[in-house]
Amino acid sequence: MTVSVIQFGGSNCDRDTVQALAHLGVDADLVWHEDGLPDDTTGVVVPGGFSYGDYLRAGAMAARSPIVDEVRAAAESGTPVLGICNGAQIGCESGLTPGAFTTNESARFQCEHVHCRVENADTPWTAAYDEGDVVELPIAHGEGRYEIDDDRLDELEADDRVLFRYCDANGTVSPTANPNGSKHSVAGVTGESDHVAVMMPHPERITLPDVGPTDGQGILRAFVDAADAIDA
Amino acid sequence: MTAYTATVEVRLKHGVLDPEAETTARALERLGFELEDLRAADRYELDLDAGDADEARDRADEMAERLLANPTIHDYEVTVEER
Repeated sequence: MTVSVIQFGGSNCDRDTVQALAHLGVDADLVWHEDGLPDDTTGVVVPGGFSYGDYLRAGAMAARSPIVDEVRAAAESGTPVLGICNGAQIGCESGLTPGAFTTNESARFQCEHVHCRVENADTPWTAAYDEGDVVELPIAHGEGRYEIDDDRLDELEADDRVLFRYCDANGTVSPTANPNGSKHSVAGVTGESDHVAVMMPHPERITLPDVGPTDGQGILRAFVDAADAIDA
Repeated sequence: MTAYTATVEVRLKHGVLDPEAETTARALERLGFELEDLRAADRYELDLDAGDADEARDRADEMAERLLANPTIHDYEVTVEER
């Protein structure tokens, strides 16, 4: 089980992600995007950062780089894929996941801790939680406002593809607890299959016990469970 | 082959919030200007050679579809002129 953490020029959460996965006992390697996905890849993280300097739109350039075709093929064959922050923007730009992440309602870069409510606990990313659980997660983005056609959002909600919504500490979803103006407070969604997911908050930044709370561990545990499934 | 400039204008779909445009409008108001609304767009000028204007337009269309615009949030418009 080796999780490939893809580095683009401008990625900056890549090493944090490897460290967080290592803490959970998951074998993870940095993979430079031009080198392609290694054959032994059994999981993929597209990490946060500012790939290609956010040229055109955040994630637009990276989403059209050759390695993303390999990620798409891996996803189709069942490999778990998680896009975090810039990785989430790349996931949506590439069509791996629906919708788009665009300029925050505040028009500002926001770096803060937020609360998120687990909307669907029946995915690899949320299996460690119960539906309705509230987790504390850090955000750090200027373009994290989730946008999608109303009809398409209705379909996603009906299909239980919203992973997390921004909420207050009690789990109440409201405009004031929505940090970036995301439609229906969506903080993360799954792709066509639930082993592919993207989210704007950073689980890798809230996983190591020596830096504070560890609410993000449950999300990254998807890769532990995937490894256990392979070993079993 | 004829030399064309295809211009692609990419703008947010009607109804999609544009915080940058709102901020810009507020800054204009602070400068004392009166305005009802402000809409921003990105404009790309593509110099290319094509058999005719339709071919130039088709190619620019495909570039908009595949990269310049994000169909989830954008509409775009292509105009073609001989250069």
